[in-house]
Amino acid sequence: MSTTSTTQTLPTNASIERPRSGTWDGGNEPFKASYGKLMMWFFLLSDAFTFAAFLTTYGLMRHRHLAYTGDHKDFVFSSAYWPIPDHVFNSFPGLHGVDLPLAFVALMTMILIFSSVTMVLAVEAGHRMDKADVQKWLLWTLLFGATFLSCQAWEWSHFIHGTDAGTKMLDGTIFYGANLQMNQYGPVLFADLFFFITGFHGTHVFSGLVLLTYCFIATTNGTFEKRGHYEMVEKVGLYWHFVDLVWVFVFTFFYLV
Amino acid sequence: MAANLPTQSQVQGGIGVTESHTKHDEHLHHDEHHDQHWLFKYVFSQDHKVIAKQFLITGIFWAIIGGTLSSLFRLQLGWPESTFEWLSPFLGKWIEAGKLNPEFYLALVTMHGTIMVFFVLTAGLSGTFSNFLIPLQVGARDMASGFMNMLSYWFFFISSIIMFASLFLETGPASAGWTIYPPLSALPQAIPGSGLGMTLWLVSMALFIVSQLLGGVNYITTVINLRTRGMSMSKLPLTIWAFFLTAILGLLSFPVLFSAALLLIFDRSFGTSFFLSDIYIAGQALNHQGGSPILFQHLFWFLGHPEVYIVIMPAMGMVSEILATNSRKPVFGYRAMIGSLLGISLLSFVVWAHHMFVTGMNPFLGSVFMFLTLIIAVPSAVKTFNWLATLWRGNIRFTTAMLFSIGFVSLFISGGLTGIILGNAAIDIQMHNTYFVVAHFHLVMGSAAFFGLFAGVYHWFPKMFGRMMDEKLGYIHFWLTFIGVYLVFMPMHYVGIAGFPRRYYAWTGFDSFSQFADLNKFISAAAIFAFVGQFIFIFNFFYSIFRGRRATENPWNSTTLEWTTPVVPGHGNWPGEIPAVYRWPYDYSKPGAAEDFIPQNVPYSKTQSSNLPYERDME
Ligand code: HEM
Ligand SMILES: [Cu+2]
Repeated sequence: MSTTSTTQTLPTNASIERPRSGTWDGGNEPFKASYGKLMMWFFLLSDAFTFAAFLTTYGLMRHRHLAYTGDHKDFVFSSAYWPIPDHVFNSFPGLHGVDLPLAFVALMTMILIFSSVTMVLAVEAGHRMDKADVQKWLLWTLLFGATFLSCQAWEWSHFIHGTDAGTKMLDGTIFYGANLQMNQYGPVLFADLFFFITGFHGTHVFSGLVLLTYCFIATTNGTFEKRGHYEMVEKVGLYWHFVDLVWVFVFTFFYLV
Repeated sequence: MAANLPTQSQVQGGIGVTESHTKHDEHLHHDEHHDQHWLFKYVFSQDHKVIAKQFLITGIFWAIIGGTLSSLFRLQLGWPESTFEWLSPFLGKWIEAGKLNPEFYLALVTMHGTIMVFFVLTAGLSGTFSNFLIPLQVGARDMASGFMNMLSYWFFFISSIIMFASLFLETGPASAGWTIYPPLSALPQAIPGSGLGMTLWLVSMALFIVSQLLGGVNYITTVINLRTRGMSMSKLPLTIWAFFLTAILGLLSFPVLFSAALLLIFDRSFGTSFFLSDIYIAGQALNHQGGSPILFQHLFWFLGHPEVYIVIMPAMGMVSEILATNSRKPVFGYRAMIGSLLGISLLSFVVWAHHMFVTGMNPFLGSVFMFLTLIIAVPSAVKTFNWLATLWRGNIRFTTAMLFSIGFVSLFISGGLTGIILGNAAIDIQMHNTYFVVAHFHLVMGSAAFFGLFAGVYHWFPKMFGRMMDEKLGYIHFWLTFIGVYLVFMPMHYVGIAGFPRRYYAWTGFDSFSQFADLNKFISAAAIFAFVGQFIFIFNFFYSIFRGRRATENPWNSTTLEWTTPVVPGHGNWPGEIPAVYRWPYDYSKPGAAEDFIPQNVPYSKTQSSNLPYERDME
């Protein structure tokens, strides 16, 4: 009952018969991306879930605490309700006592976004195999990244030292600033989450700086030039953009909502 | 791509099909050194086959430890009145006046669960077979990154050392259950095991997660980028589909456990209050305010539920493969098998709260999760029916691997049915935290996944070590184990329905449970009997590595690519060209074919007598 009446001619040499060769038929890279780049993408996907878990934690904790319902102008710090970010993050280095809600963090965010732009330029220079340009733009990225981290350090230290007046805690003492157990600005979890999540993000920025430094050194030594491509810069670039993107979410959660 | 080179390099299966090297091909080719230092050949090896064996042997080590721990606590449960003075040479101060220390009992349960779920059935199972089979079955010379693959093993190794060391601590290892719910796990004042033991547990698991991620990205990219010519996604063996989806599940769920572990570390060591609020210990109020222990449960089970499928899916894949091979029939419903794996993978992310029906959740949310949970029964049933239909009227060869695969199907059915019972929120109020749950997951996950593991070892042993395992010993091992696990876990359902709670050190204080004394004794005896039976396997395994009958290249007359390699493939897997693939992996007993199997690398032009009408175009 099977194929007896086939009149097909045999190929002259069966061994040159070719297997199928579509996009997903194997023997190629279906996403047109090397395995290294794919790995970076998948790592970032997984890292996104780590951050998502932290931000979910933030959302849930925020939800468990009361919101401030009074008038914006009359706001005072109290552990009874979640603070309004405008009143917590309102100082600027060198401008003591001036109320500038979110001005500093806006500047920080700008700097980080700039660093993403320079990163794009570094990757683009890599495509052109332009060693000098890669070096230049990597340096700029490093500079912006490091500036962002320093700003964060200032922001943390200001948060830790607190306002001039401090806040009267439940036990009657005046407390200034915040740490992981005490918080003048509101419920202790606000400070816990602030330190934890911005700290975790900062660690990512720091790792990014280490990777960028490596790329810079390798570029300067001509390692990538010899290799014939700057794919490493591209991979670190993916990571760097991801860290920037995460900051946008962190920023939204802590400062805007 | 360059022009074809019509060389005649002979690949097993009779067909030498060659084409230009693909890029990764050349890239990996130079790895084929023969004069490597032994340290890099056997210890710090980047060869996926060596790494697979490292995972397997570490997994076997852990299984022995995990099994020993369970025998210890089953002694206590079976003979609560006896004295265990004879154990004090091994357990030292944990035997107090002839009695097992109750807190140590909790440590035993915790470590048993942790070791079995993560170190044996995750690392030992998927670490072994994903590593071994992915490159061999997709037709690659190695994993995408051999170096990261090696790191994956060594992270697992360090994680193992830390977890093992924690067994010997003065204050004992972690004792809060494998699910480590806070506040118990967060407060050293609560139980001694929440001191250094818990810290080491968390550090070890963090490293374990790193190992999983390094392995996972490798498995995924290898399947995507390194398939040989012709190996489309719809020609992949079901094993590869299962490993692929398992790796994706791990990639997306383990990071959430990582988050939970990190938050818990901060609560424990740096005074934060993420999971803690309003706690009094010994009349003393702790100053933790505002956190939520329920949040931990959500984060944990967001990993925890996908994790159970991370454990079972590789076993499902291997069983599908072994059932088809040894029934000499195409697997029934190949596409439905892939579809149901996809369905299970997706659903496994949206059912986690069925572990929390009674721990404080809005009942409305409970019914949503109940609905989603019960839907999982559909793809599970599809798989089960397909396995049975594959066996149906097959020309069955009862190899040891086949027996274990059939055993897997049996256990998966028995344990899956109770899942549907537990999935009903209203019934779960009675069943939660009883031995009914213990029975459920030990059948469907514990035993079934172990059966998958055994089936895999018996089936692929010839490719791993070039020798065969002993069949007679295999049969004895199978029957002892198969009867053993049913004797252990079936009675647990009854005990559980009666309300007997899990993780209780002694039940002698409750009159209502005293009628179960006999049953408990029986379960314990059966458990120890089944555990001891495993040493037959261990003997068989190590004996056969050195003394087993020599294997041929393709001892099971199988169709997949790993059987086209030499008896013991070297680094690089194929001495010549990598074979190309023309057909799906289940051409068994095809009408008109010369033999009852046609390997994937045989082109249609060579099999004109058996080609189906639509396949003639491909001749
Ligand atoms: C039809 C499919 C299934 C359903 C509806 C189901 C349902 C459930 C439910 C509702 C629970 C919670 C019981 C409780 O704690 O009160 C549970 C526990 C559990 N299930 Fe399943 N299950 C299914 C299949 C599986 C499979 C395939 C596995 C593993 C391979 C598995 C592993 C587990 C484990 C490990 C636990 C207990 C975790 C613990 O509390 O320690 N289940 N199952
Ligand atoms: Cu579950």
